[in-house]
Amino acid sequence: MSLQFLLDGVIAGSMIGLGAIGVTLTYSILRFSNFAHGDFMAWGAYAALAVVGALGGSTALKPLSFGLPLLVALVVAMALTALLALVLDWLLFARLRARGQSIIVVMASFGASMALRSLLEFIFTSRPTYFSRAIQMATPLGLGIKITADQVALLLLTLVLVVGMHLFMAHSQRGREMRAYSQNPALAKVVGIDVAAVVRATWVIGAALACASGVMVGVLVQIRPLMGLSLLLPMFAAAILGGIGSVRGAVLGGLIIGLSEAAAVQFVGAEWRQAVAFVILMAVLLIRPIGLFGVAER
Amino acid sequence: MILQVKGLIAGYEPGLSIVKGASIHAAEGEIVVILGPNGAGKSSLIKAIAGLVPVTGGQVLLDGRDITAVPAHLMVRQGLAFVPQTENIFPLMTVEENLRVSGGILPRSGVSPRIAEMYEAFPDLARQRALMAGSLSGGQRQMLAVARALIVRPRVLMLDEPSAGLSPKLVAQVFAQLQEIRSRGLTIVLVEQNARAALAIGDRAYVLVEGREAHEGKAKTLWDDPIIAELYLGHRRAS
Repeated sequence: MSLQFLLDGVIAGSMIGLGAIGVTLTYSILRFSNFAHGDFMAWGAYAALAVVGALGGSTALKPLSFGLPLLVALVVAMALTALLALVLDWLLFARLRARGQSIIVVMASFGASMALRSLLEFIFTSRPTYFSRAIQMATPLGLGIKITADQVALLLLTLVLVVGMHLFMAHSQRGREMRAYSQNPALAKVVGIDVAAVVRATWVIGAALACASGVMVGVLVQIRPLMGLSLLLPMFAAAILGGIGSVRGAVLGGLIIGLSEAAAVQFVGAEWRQAVAFVILMAVLLIRPIGLFGVAER
Repeated sequence: MILQVKGLIAGYEPGLSIVKGASIHAAEGEIVVILGPNGAGKSSLIKAIAGLVPVTGGQVLLDGRDITAVPAHLMVRQGLAFVPQTENIFPLMTVEENLRVSGGILPRSGVSPRIAEMYEAFPDLARQRALMAGSLSGGQRQMLAVARALIVRPRVLMLDEPSAGLSPKLVAQVFAQLQEIRSRGLTIVLVEQNARAALAIGDRAYVLVEGREAHEGKAKTLWDDPIIAELYLGHRRAS
């Protein structure tokens, strides 16, 4: 039996986990489920594609399928996606949040999601596109597992982003402020925390990581306007499985969902992949609604 | 006069004021106690001073500066610190993180020395610095809430019922700590249900009735004042 599904699961899980960090932060700090989060992924991937195009295409750093232009494009696209999130907040979410009913904000995020997706289809059409069409050679690792250079690079990128994110939340003043605000918004104001800055940081981080995740999907699979939508449910499942508000929970949840999906494809059948996230989500909500690293509401 | 509140009108909803023209003041280094029956607006009064309840009229002056329209999160920069009655710590952060996150307005290099000073003043907290604040006992939580407020070196410290939910022994401890803090020159405004304990450490006291001050006097003699017994204890018995 090939254990390839383990590697596939870890890679899919990394992309889900990166996206789930933004879902979990938005939920715990801005207090709503942002259904447009998946579209940040797609917008991020297309932004990177556009920047790569503007830089005159990709010159690959063998054995990778991509080169320096894509790395530059990733950084620029992360900034652009963060900007998109900030503009969307200023235009839409902040105004609705001020009225205090989170269900209205959730519904608005549905609308924003559809609008963002349709805009992408309008600009880029719904045909899938690629950063590179080059075929990569996979290196056997043993036990039937093969890995490509792209996969190694993107797993490393995920590791760097997740560790960096963990250090930021644990040790930076802004990270502490974000945690404090998610625990008690009223007290956060009393101790002098600048709430507007916390809100901005939440959008910037969530959107930038969603963009990174989208670019990864683009490199390893393909880019299409619906790419974020199809990862939305797994991202929510990962955030809820990990415990809302927990960054490490979101990443671990992502890995569990990714591995479960890959296992389902291997042992049950590819058509069941989509059902896995849903089943896990339902099971967590029924058995342990606060998730792996969650803490009961006070 | 370090703190002056003139005819303050405040409430959560327009047209429904809870604080109805209250005027109080506090001199430098004074402990001022605010008493009153339930629903008199004591809590709303200090929350309005702290910028947490919308103010529709009147004025708050801190050291002569008008701070009436200052948003709540900028109050600590003005020198005004507030300890809410409940949920006054971040339970899922360690004791040290609670102090650190509250020291955001200090210069970066000044935070750790200031935390060390707090540990010196509150040795119990020093021993528990790595514990989650949510696992502290009631008295220690209150100490942390006070230390958290003091870390930015405020000029005025306002507390909303610090004795609530504490055993008499712990109340004595917290109040002794407040006296110690005052002896270093800080001004304290204290809203209390526990009138006897608060008056024992206070200099002056106000009795708030229906959103405005109905009586003012020296803390030491107020307890025996028959008007106060009627106004304050009478209401309390009825509730």
